[in-house]
Amino acid sequence: MGTTLDDITITGLSHAFSVAGAPLPVLEGIDLVMPAGRVSAVVGPSGSGKSTLLRIVAGLLPADEGRVAIGGRRVVGPDPRVGLVFQEPRLLPWRDALDNVAYPLELAGVGREERRDRAAAFLELVGLTGFGSALPGQLSGGMAQRVGLARALVQEPRVLLLDEPFGALDALTRDHLDAEILRLWDRLGATIVIVTHSIPEAVFLADRVVVLSARPGRVVADIPVELPRPRSWATLDEAASTRSARAIRDALERRGGPLPGPSDARLPVTGSAA
Amino acid sequence: MTTRADEQPATTAAAPRRGRAAGMSHLLRDVAAIAGVGLLLALVWQAIVWVGGYQPFFLPGPLVVLQRWQTAIVAGTLTPHLLTTLTEILLGLAVGISSALVIGFLLARSVSAERLLSPWIVAAQATPILALAPLIVIWFGSGLLSKVLICALICFFPMTVATTVGLRSVDPRLLEMGRSVRATRRQLLTTIELPAALPQVMGGLKVSVTLAVVGAIVAEWVGGERGLGVLINLARGSLFDTPLLFATLLTIALVGVVLYLVVVLLERRLLGARASG
Repeated sequence: MGTTLDDITITGLSHAFSVAGAPLPVLEGIDLVMPAGRVSAVVGPSGSGKSTLLRIVAGLLPADEGRVAIGGRRVVGPDPRVGLVFQEPRLLPWRDALDNVAYPLELAGVGREERRDRAAAFLELVGLTGFGSALPGQLSGGMAQRVGLARALVQEPRVLLLDEPFGALDALTRDHLDAEILRLWDRLGATIVIVTHSIPEAVFLADRVVVLSARPGRVVADIPVELPRPRSWATLDEAASTRSARAIRDALERRGGPLPGPSDARLPVTGSAA
Repeated sequence: MTTRADEQPATTAAAPRRGRAAGMSHLLRDVAAIAGVGLLLALVWQAIVWVGGYQPFFLPGPLVVLQRWQTAIVAGTLTPHLLTTLTEILLGLAVGISSALVIGFLLARSVSAERLLSPWIVAAQATPILALAPLIVIWFGSGLLSKVLICALICFFPMTVATTVGLRSVDPRLLEMGRSVRATRRQLLTTIELPAALPQVMGGLKVSVTLAVVGAIVAEWVGGERGLGVLINLARGSLFDTPLLFATLLTIALVGVVLYLVVVLLERRLLGARASG
């Protein structure tokens, strides 16, 4: 066995939010390994703590109990090996696309010329060549999310975490961007974890799908997706993907509580935003 | 290859030049429209003087006032007063705004600071500046210091509120994004919170500059040897020169308008990118 370079190892993880003074457990006893260089999807009903799990892995939220390690090194805060994509683009509205992508490099003290060159390369990678000087307000939702993706990739992270990244987009744009993610994954070979409430999206992207129960979230199933790669929507093996989707759906129905709906209400983000 | 490289800067340089030219013609049109409204008001004013048959010491017409304005400038009556008042305003703004930025930042950052301080700040604001001004003159004399303090005091409140509200209005999701890419606390402040608060801060600045003019005049009324407020008192009380009084009022109004325009230009410069997006 032995953990390889960019494995994400989660052991004995539990977390509770404090709601009106009383603890509200959201995650309980999570043990997971996300293998290096593979795509793992996490699905679960609303409030199953999927996004919380991702925030803990990203080092944005310290877990109450248990530990998270990337490549054997414990996560104690936001980690340069990790890139995070949010459900919304979260671009700085006063910066153009290029400066938004370059933002993490600027924080890290990379010189102006170099960071602009590198940011331009990643804008190109997400298919936005020529949009560098566009302001976020001038971009469509899908384009803005691509900028957010480029910003997450610009420091060349070994681990890419996606928090329902395309949930707010229309179905066509979403399918297109899912295919883009696989294309990027092929090129970059990063370890990817995607939280989603879409079973077809999870099946299309992932090598395995982790199913969480309703709150407090526990791992109720870990379902491998045996579809050949490279995958595309056109050549998707309908029978095999339906089998995997069926297994995920069964696990959710048996153990997970009600099926996840399209509007996945999330718990409030706690942080230093005071 | 070389031609393309040569073309590149040419096209990018042309764009802002065109933009600036368009901006200038916009500005000219605005100025013309504003001057037109001023001319209309002056005509109404002159008509009132004619119809009412008022004497210049009661209500001088616009032409009389303009003439008096010109002689006051030529004779050197106005300029020393104007310079004194401008100095008071600018120093008062500097003190008031910088302290408001610091206090506003503290109030935004700390709930307990806000709870402890805001009642006192509100109380200070609710006390009329006209009532406070004599006290300040007693304590700090009738020189420049008391004028600067009164100016600073009057623009402190709107600026503090604007700063606090601006910093509080920052989208927490942007701050979380900043933390996810390892921004330090200071970097969060300089790259997210301050730029996000800027529109509100500029709004507070607009209110502050006009109030600072009021503060300077009030301060000069309470005690002083020189300044546009003193000149108003002189023109009214000892010289019985109502046209000069009007000319002084117009000067004060002009100071306010110019200061306001400076802030508007500053705002355009700082927020220009956002305004077009």
